[in-house]
Amino acid sequence: MSSASLKTRRTSFVEFFAERAIRASGFVAIAFVVLIFLFLLLEGLPAITEVSISNLLSTRWYPTESHFGLLPLILGSVLVTLGAAIIAVPTGVLAAIFVAEVAPRWLREILKPMIEVVAGIPSVVLGFIGMIALSPLVRVAFNAPTGLTAFTGALILAYMALPTIISVAEDALDAVPRSYRDAALALGATRWQTIWMVTVKAARSGILTAIMLGIGRAIGETMAVMMVTGNAARMPLSLDSLFMPARTMTATIAAEMGEVAQGSTHFHVLFMIGIVLFVITFIVNFVASIAIFRQTRRSARLLS
Amino acid sequence: MLMNRTPKIVIENLSLRYSDGTESLNGISLTIYAHEIMALFGPAGGGKSTLLRVLNRLNDLVEVKKMTGRVLLDGQDIYAPDVNVIELRRRMGIVFAQPLPLPLSIRANIEYGPRLAGIRDSSQLSHIVESSLRAAAMWDEVKDRLDESGFAISGGQQQRLCLARVLALEPEVILMDEPMSGLDPLSTAKIEDSMQQLKQQYTIVIVPHSIQQAARIADHAAFFLQGKLIEEGPGKQLFTNPHDKRTEDYVTGRFG
Repeated sequence: MSSASLKTRRTSFVEFFAERAIRASGFVAIAFVVLIFLFLLLEGLPAITEVSISNLLSTRWYPTESHFGLLPLILGSVLVTLGAAIIAVPTGVLAAIFVAEVAPRWLREILKPMIEVVAGIPSVVLGFIGMIALSPLVRVAFNAPTGLTAFTGALILAYMALPTIISVAEDALDAVPRSYRDAALALGATRWQTIWMVTVKAARSGILTAIMLGIGRAIGETMAVMMVTGNAARMPLSLDSLFMPARTMTATIAAEMGEVAQGSTHFHVLFMIGIVLFVITFIVNFVASIAIFRQTRRSARLLS
Repeated sequence: MLMNRTPKIVIENLSLRYSDGTESLNGISLTIYAHEIMALFGPAGGGKSTLLRVLNRLNDLVEVKKMTGRVLLDGQDIYAPDVNVIELRRRMGIVFAQPLPLPLSIRANIEYGPRLAGIRDSSQLSHIVESSLRAAAMWDEVKDRLDESGFAISGGQQQRLCLARVLALEPEVILMDEPMSGLDPLSTAKIEDSMQQLKQQYTIVIVPHSIQQAARIADHAAFFLQGKLIEEGPGKQLFTNPHDKRTEDYVTGRFG
């Protein structure tokens, strides 16, 4: 009797601490996010008093002459990221379909680990490859004055997003029960009709998650982008800006933070860029999670 | 009745072995006649489901080590190289053991097959939806909720939806792999009832989930044991007065 009660007390003791520890680490994670945001605000908000709003929204970024227009940087980021998404999303989803549904087993066993390896290549290495190998190709192919363009950046970013998209989407496709496929085939669907109308449909929310994770990686990427986009802060207003140098927010912060006097106006504006980046990333993630949530709710209605 | 039976499916000396050496068929020869219900029964692992999957070539997707023998549908070898597998599967519909609605609405589940076959006209499609749901004895239950998910209805209804979905293709043969194994007695009775109607128009090959069910519905029955066809004959005779000792033991419940 007594040993039984002792044991119970001990379990509840462990239980008590395990619960506290888990709760504490949860709060720490939230606290970090809040602290980072507070820090950004603290360092970035003075920029609004030091620089006029019209200056911040102008189209010229030339900090040494007190031109702090953020628009070319924001648009530069949007251009490069969108370009990367347009290249990486269809390629990645189709590649995932190939690996999960079409490729014979032996090829699949080779492709899967190879894709994971690609995901692990450091971005500096990719930037280096982009600079040495890709940019001359771009220069020659598009007859541009330089190969260090927004398009080159988009290509490199797409390459970085691809492994994430492929492996997550492939897992989602793989999780679709075999019986769905049997049912569709038995109804006279061809292999492609089955893949397209049943397997991909059933894996939709997983594929969407894969796309968002891939794009998320592309938005925040700094090093490779800085190395291959040419870093000229100019407004990308026409289509051929895609084949001109561009400058992203992340590259600007990384390139200039080291040379700026702490506490100066320029310093505060760089943190302002950080705030803008934070807000954009937040909005993208928020929209994505709403879309995924809706998707899962719809499929939950369909599947439950 | 017995005078003008026409053979629908003729299986000649069929043997099959899976790559992993599991379930297999061993020298099966069996004739299935049009407008009859043929019940394939026997203990698990006897090759009944495999035989069904051979008939509509779903086994093409699984790793089969070796297959010999012939299967003829209306005198035509279904494994001949020039056979259109998609067309074959439309002519031989299958209902699986588990209700497997596609992740679509009830209506879309039924329209799926006809749409694949190229039917786009919406009045024709809604006609198909209604008539196949009626044939599966569930039109009155779902006529007001056709746009709800195929998963929103009960398991028994889902299984009848799967039957309706097969009927929408207007096949010639309906294969049923333990279609009532997960169903309540009421749904089972409903499906068994509609089968008696359906055989006027179709040929039905069923793997029943129990001997009692086999005895209730089968015009003709075949007893499978470990990949071999032990005995076949008219349902009444096979279940009441089997010739083979092993069939008798199984039917009377001595093993199984």
